[in-house]
Amino acid sequence: MEGRLRQGESHQERGERMASPEDRIRELKERAMRAAGKPAPYGPDIDLSQYSCTPQECAYAEELSDIRDVDPEELARSGVDITGKGRSGSFVQLDNTIVHRKALEKGVEILGTTEALRKYDWAWEYFWNVVQVDADKYTADVELNGYEGYFIRALPGSRTVYPLQACLYIRSPRLVQRVHNIIIAEENSELHIITGCASDHRVDMALHLGISEFYVKRNAKITFTMIHNWVPGMDVRPRSGAVVEEGGVFLSNYIVMEPVRSLQLYPTARLVGEGAVARFNSVLVARPGVEMDVGSRVVLSAPRCSAEVVSRAITLGGSIVARGHLRGEAEKVKAHLECRGLILEEGGGMLAIPELEATVPNVDMSHEAAVGKIAQEEIEYLMARGLSEEEATATIVRGFLNVRIEGLPPVLEREIQKMMEISQRSAL
Amino acid sequence: MSEREEEPRDQVVLEVRDLHVEVEGREILHGVDLMIKFGETHVLFGPNGSGKTTLLMAIMGFPRYRVTRGRIIFAGEDITGLEPHLRAQRGIGIMFQRPPTIRGLALRDMVRLCAGGEIDLSAMAEEMNLVDFLDRDVNYGFSGGEIKRSELLQLLAQDPRLVLLDEPESGVDMENLQLVGRAIRKLLQKDRRRTRTKCGLIITHTGYILDYVEADTGHVMCDGRIVCSGNPREQLEGIRKFGFEECARCTR
Ligand SMILES: Nc1ncnc2c1ncn2[C@@H]1O[C@H](COP(=O)(O)OP(=O)(O)OP(=O)(O)O)[C@@H](O)[C@H]1O
Ligand SMILES: [Mg+2]
Repeated sequence: MEGRLRQGESHQERGERMASPEDRIRELKERAMRAAGKPAPYGPDIDLSQYSCTPQECAYAEELSDIRDVDPEELARSGVDITGKGRSGSFVQLDNTIVHRKALEKGVEILGTTEALRKYDWAWEYFWNVVQVDADKYTADVELNGYEGYFIRALPGSRTVYPLQACLYIRSPRLVQRVHNIIIAEENSELHIITGCASDHRVDMALHLGISEFYVKRNAKITFTMIHNWVPGMDVRPRSGAVVEEGGVFLSNYIVMEPVRSLQLYPTARLVGEGAVARFNSVLVARPGVEMDVGSRVVLSAPRCSAEVVSRAITLGGSIVARGHLRGEAEKVKAHLECRGLILEEGGGMLAIPELEATVPNVDMSHEAAVGKIAQEEIEYLMARGLSEEEATATIVRGFLNVRIEGLPPVLEREIQKMMEISQRSAL
Repeated sequence: MSEREEEPRDQVVLEVRDLHVEVEGREILHGVDLMIKFGETHVLFGPNGSGKTTLLMAIMGFPRYRVTRGRIIFAGEDITGLEPHLRAQRGIGIMFQRPPTIRGLALRDMVRLCAGGEIDLSAMAEEMNLVDFLDRDVNYGFSGGEIKRSELLQLLAQDPRLVLLDEPESGVDMENLQLVGRAIRKLLQKDRRRTRTKCGLIITHTGYILDYVEADTGHVMCDGRIVCSGNPREQLEGIRKFGFEECARCTR
């Protein structure tokens, strides 16, 4: 990671040490070109040539309530509070155009990514650092064809109480939405983000490519909650990575209950400073025809780091691969992986692949995986208390999906709970 | 129901008639007869494997316990074919010996489900010494005694007319026994006399529970049949002195 700031180094000093931005840009383009045909290791391969849409331009709105090119109810469906109440800022992107971005609290900054590149001459250093440009043809496509996205930064020591909200919305059929997000929590800062991704019901086919690079600096904290509400014709390939420095905390919650054609992601968090923490929670529901391959990976490369990966998956006839990979590279790290799957309907299936890997002896790493149907005795237990079989099943499923996310501020926890309930009601 | 039409004290609440029950293709109960009247509590003794739990499960209506012959009548209605939740809704409640854990369902919410309406949850939890457990997943990591208390809390919320208790005192220490005893007294309205409406059927090996809850009648079950019905204290005495074998031979 020679592209990152060294301790005590200013952006300028670092810039001098590094190659020039021009060299870097040239190098990225070359690498992207070489990877343009490189399939991803997991998930069905997508023919990028089938997407042909030139997105329509959308009007920028100073206020959330002035956004005209999308139904406010649709925004709400993606988890956006259109009043902006209880939010420290908002970002809305329709197709490939930013239509609103505004921070409401001091200490946080929300820009578009291309805007950030124009505004700060050091911004480019945060691009393609934790996600590699030549990881596969999707990352390459984003670099080669241009992107938008959000650039969110919490200034040193800042703590926003309310979460920031971001919405990435697809309204044009046959579109490739290319998003590149940069999220930076400077030292001792705290940042909470809720991102909702959704598409118009009339979109019969589209592709979402989303790069997200998270930088959690010393003693900083990021909680990131992403809710996907796609439609059955969507293919989705998020590519995310995080780097967490000493004492930093990165919590990621990923919820997808609505149908999508195919979805594949395998984000990686690298814990590079002593005592850094990462936690991934994913909640997946796959209806018939849905193909999901979702994993989380944490590399613990500094002493006393800890990580937890929890996934809860339900198939209602779709297919789910739930992966998890923990790699312990330093002394006294502690990590746990939990994959639990419920098969409520046949037709798809579930594959849980938990992996543990260690390169040093003194580590504490464990995993548990369980796949099956709802235990009959749990249903009977609730029936004996007066619930019908359907009510009992629904109660157990709700409990199964009710992953308690530790370390969230109460405001956010309530908010997420609310969103989970809405998603569940429509999905199950 | 108006005050005037109050049920007569000799009304039968539960009647089990010639009940034959099969588990996994094997007949376990070979014709059980039992009658519990308004406000009565009965205890059930019997050696391990004699079919006591099977009887309770069959009364609750779990599908694994298949009734092949006979009838179960509750409050005048034949419930032999009813699903468990419909029996629960009619007023039958059961305490599980080894209830499953339900992840993500807090005890608080479980108790609310049992109540089906408004209850004073905190007062009830206080009484059962379970305040700190309300936000834990139901039964997750609960000790034996905690499970008993949690089961009783749920039953108190459900407030059934007929309570089925399977060895409520087993694995409970002296201090908890008091708590458990008190809860069962409350469930069965033991502190009332004339207006008592609740019934109980309690399985016990030790009879300790009788120190807290008086029973009207005792039954001894051997090999899938009730071989003796009578005064529970005398039965307990007899079993203690002579064992179940004698008891089975005795045909009073
Ligand atoms: N699910 C089951 N599958 C197979 N056999 C069963 C099952 N449940 C009960 N049985 C058998 O039925 C018989 C009666 O069991 P039951 O649990 O009713 O006895 P019990 O009187 O409650 O005994 P204990 O005092 O040990 O609790 C036993 O032989 C038992 O093995
Ligand atoms: Mg038993």
